[in-house]
Amino acid sequence: MPILEHPAYPPATLLCLESLVPCRESQVSMLLSIFGERQQLSFPSIFIYGHTSSGKTYVMKTLLNTLQLPHVFVNCVECFTSRLLLEEILIQLQNGSETKQASPVPCDTFNDFVRLFKQALVSQNLQDQTVYVVLDRAEQLREMEANVLPAFLRLQELTDRNVTVILLSEIVWEMFRPNTGCFEPFILYFPDYSIGHLQKILSQNHPPEYSADFYSAYINILLGVFYMVCRDLKELQHLAALNFSKYCEPVVRREAKERDTRKLWKNIEPHLKKAMQTVYLREISSSQWERLQCEEEPGQIKGLSAHTHVELPYYSKFLLIAAYLASYNPVRTDKRFFLKHHGKIKKTNFMKKHEKTSNHLLGPKPFPLDRLLAILYSIVDNRVAPTANIFSQITSLVTLQLLSVVGNNDQLDGPRYKCTVSLDFIRAIARTVNFDIIKYLYDFL
Amino acid sequence: MSTRSLSKGCFVFKPSPKRRKVSRTTADYFREGNSDLEDSELRFATCQSLQKQVKSETEQIEEELNEQLFDNLVSFLRRSHSAFQEKTTEWTWRTKSREIPTAALVLGVNVTDHDFTFRSLSEVLQNNVTPYIALLEAKDCPGIKNLMQKLLGQLMNCCIDVGSSEEEDYEQVSRTRVRCSMTSLINWYESATKRTDSETPGKKRTSSRHWQSPPVVVIFKDMESFTTKVLQDFVIISSQHIGEFPLVLIFGIATSPMIIHSLLPHSVSSLLCIELFQSLSCKDHLSTIIDKVLLTTQFPLKLSEKVLQVLINIFLYHDFSVQNFIKGFQLCIVEHFHSNPLSILCCQLEEAKRRVNSLSHNQCENVRRLPSFRRYVESQASEKQIALLTADSSLKEAVWKLLEDLNVYHENYFPILRCLHVFTSSLPKYPLGKQIRELHCACLENRVWETEEYESSLQLARMLNKSDLVTMLQKCVEILVSSPGREFDEIVERLKEFLTQFQKLEEAYQERDESVSPQKELQKKTNLYNLQKTLLELKESRRSKKLTKFEMLRFEVVDYIDSLVRRYLVPADHKTLHEIVYFNTASVLREHLNAAPRIALHTALNNPYSYLKSEALKSDGGSISNKAPDICIAYKLHLECGRLINLVDWLEAFSTVVTAAEGPTADVASSDQVDDVIHARFIRAVSELELLGFIKPSKQKTDHVARLTWGGC
Repeated sequence: MPILEHPAYPPATLLCLESLVPCRESQVSMLLSIFGERQQLSFPSIFIYGHTSSGKTYVMKTLLNTLQLPHVFVNCVECFTSRLLLEEILIQLQNGSETKQASPVPCDTFNDFVRLFKQALVSQNLQDQTVYVVLDRAEQLREMEANVLPAFLRLQELTDRNVTVILLSEIVWEMFRPNTGCFEPFILYFPDYSIGHLQKILSQNHPPEYSADFYSAYINILLGVFYMVCRDLKELQHLAALNFSKYCEPVVRREAKERDTRKLWKNIEPHLKKAMQTVYLREISSSQWERLQCEEEPGQIKGLSAHTHVELPYYSKFLLIAAYLASYNPVRTDKRFFLKHHGKIKKTNFMKKHEKTSNHLLGPKPFPLDRLLAILYSIVDNRVAPTANIFSQITSLVTLQLLSVVGNNDQLDGPRYKCTVSLDFIRAIARTVNFDIIKYLYDFL
Repeated sequence: MSTRSLSKGCFVFKPSPKRRKVSRTTADYFREGNSDLEDSELRFATCQSLQKQVKSETEQIEEELNEQLFDNLVSFLRRSHSAFQEKTTEWTWRTKSREIPTAALVLGVNVTDHDFTFRSLSEVLQNNVTPYIALLEAKDCPGIKNLMQKLLGQLMNCCIDVGSSEEEDYEQVSRTRVRCSMTSLINWYESATKRTDSETPGKKRTSSRHWQSPPVVVIFKDMESFTTKVLQDFVIISSQHIGEFPLVLIFGIATSPMIIHSLLPHSVSSLLCIELFQSLSCKDHLSTIIDKVLLTTQFPLKLSEKVLQVLINIFLYHDFSVQNFIKGFQLCIVEHFHSNPLSILCCQLEEAKRRVNSLSHNQCENVRRLPSFRRYVESQASEKQIALLTADSSLKEAVWKLLEDLNVYHENYFPILRCLHVFTSSLPKYPLGKQIRELHCACLENRVWETEEYESSLQLARMLNKSDLVTMLQKCVEILVSSPGREFDEIVERLKEFLTQFQKLEEAYQERDESVSPQKELQKKTNLYNLQKTLLELKESRRSKKLTKFEMLRFEVVDYIDSLVRRYLVPADHKTLHEIVYFNTASVLREHLNAAPRIALHTALNNPYSYLKSEALKSDGGSISNKAPDICIAYKLHLECGRLINLVDWLEAFSTVVTAAEGPTADVASSDQVDDVIHARFIRAVSELELLGFIKPSKQKTDHVARLTWGGC
């Protein structure tokens, strides 16, 4: 019993379409009824949103391609200026019927675009049917000129032609609506795939060498491990392809039969768990993972996060430590930490009420350059001359993103910095120069 | 221009020939301030050739060091798009999402060296892999638009290099109008590869160097400085098209690879297939450079202990930059040849012989003035003394002999230093330093055998076990055999003798092994009294125990090494004529390489005499001379103030100081009014101070300025 029915299209095409878009039948039939027949006017603009990889782009593409509707498909990230975007639309429109026009017409404003768009429709003989303009990742439109988004929403009205603009986005319409108001598009939501949907979609594309049931059992195990952390269809498909050869291993070696689900599960489960900690987090790359699988004795490849150690010049280390202290200690406590005869000041004596929360929970605070240097001079054992090298080291720490400049860049006003490294990092650094940083941190008194 | 004519009119002035500017060469600058013209030219030539030698040598070393890394990268590139070339239709290939192959290249924090690395990397890639390389820097790419422009510009330009010359103008024209989008990049790539394919019969060489469908390599030189948005957008855009052309990214990372995860969210980093490559640590890099450049007899110029220490300190404390270290060494070369007239003799031995013979009388006098040479003369017999001091010919002879001695000393010094390093580098806690450069510095500084550290390391060496000792001796033999020194045959003989003795000992031990040791007897007895007794006996016997054969031998070996050290590792400044080949003005070097702008500014303002050299300004200590420039007076007065300075008080103090010389005339002192001229001078001084960044206007109080600096440095 076919779910999709429409008088304008032959049932065979619809059936084919239905097989291509599993689990999205209701959305497709909704779209079909909005589109109507080829020559009928459709809704001026449609806004489709849903979470990452919920099939928005894929469904739109297959729908327009299988029904052979005239359309233009543009990714807004790729066309980062409005000019590029408009030109791209025009180029695609002109290339629709194989008459390649070499030089694209410059199109700087939306006014030009409307004019050229109408010309293009005439030249391509598209006046009597609906033309669809699909803008993928439409959230980028908000960053272009203010008129672009409202104009696209009213393109039908502006051009006075039969055209429908479809916006695809991952965020809700409320985040788009400009202050000045605009034409409200028809809003359609693509819900996330459920685990059953994922199972169904992933099992559909099984390798030709193995039976569908065998592959489906594999997908079942895979989802059991990964569904908790990842519902991204693309990512799951990728992981499935990566680990399938390992799953097949016992079968290939004739240690197990295709039906031996339990044995296969025992074989693959620890492997998948390891994949979750490494490949999925991009600690090691998928090609490295594949090579690991090929080797008989799996050698260890260190992940990216294993290489956290950063070698720094001696004074840079102390500058970083000084910056950390300046960022996480209140100014008043400097006297206690860095003066030799500070007297007996206990923590309770100078603790104000609001300082009871840990500074480490509040994050780094900005500090002026003078304070940084003052702390540096007092924590380094030997005398440090304020040479040009010291100052350039501060700047290079900023370019390495270990420090960051706060506020305006006026050198005369005295620049202010923040230390952006973590406690673990600074402790590792301090250990290399035999500096007990915990003793100098107000939070750990 | 003025004329002598009284009437008005037009006058022609021909430019005087003297005033024409001659573009000065480096040689001219070098000659400046030198009286001896002829020699200075020769010195300049020697200096230049030496510098060139150093440059090529260090570059070669660096290439060798980077070779491994580059090989790995090239094989990675080869791997990354092998599938692209084969166009496989396998199932896994279809279902797997296409990731962009990415090399995370961790290069260390010495950012100044990266340029060189990237340059040689792109050269290597260009020669072996692909002509399509784009180097991107963060400062050129504040937005995705600029990035694409830069990328397309670089790629399409390089296409001209490969393509034939007819198409050049066509490329030039189209480049200006090209749309900065990925589609145009792909179109370009298709046409470029097609063209090289069709050209293969004619140009076999180019195509055989590169692969079929060479990858497009995009290098991000400084990953840390790129903004997140630019990187993200670029990765997303290129991942859309990765199926259409082979793109490879290389991220140059200075800190740690974790920066990728902190810059890119998971949704973006999951589009990348990241592999990690690590370059050699810069400290190892420096050790190699020092080992191969400074610790050889290859270059006639040597660095004294202080100079070397300055260079190493700048490296370790400040920048970690090997390039800067080499630049420092080159600066030493220039300084030495520029400042020392006798540096003319600082060249290879054969050349030096000729130059000694052609020394002028002036130069001979220069030699006689050298402190080390004076010491040498004093140690000679009286007739010889007279001959050396009066006759140039006998002086030349002596100088030649001394130079030869110095050369022999160096030939012996370095191998023995390495031998000593073999010993000291394996001792616990490294009393003489872990690195050979530390040992070298210690030996140059003063007689190393007189230091405490040397004592303690000998003590430790006397406790080494046999296997260590044997391997060390073997290493020493290797070092000495491979070195060109002439006197080493005897030493090598001796060391080999030691080795055979150790061998014999071992055999003897195996025979004696059966005899029961007292420890074993001890275990049999359980009586407490007896135990105590035997323990006491044992202790006594140990105290008076004769040394075993092994221990004797060990002492002998250590003593022999000690004697070698005493013979060959004499500090260089005990050698006569060391001034000729050793550069030792560390203060000059420090001034040039480790500048202290604040201190310089403070001295200039606080003590103007140091720069202006005017006798009137010579003052002792705290008093303020009214002869000093106005800004100096204002500066000195402002040093005495707190955070906020009252301008009126400052002006009054200023006028008091300035008018002090005219004597305390009654009318000036009594009137509150300050002279207009002085007022103007004061305002100018204050605004100059503001320009220099010492003060700034304050909003807290009117008529006040805020101080921005503290302390007198």
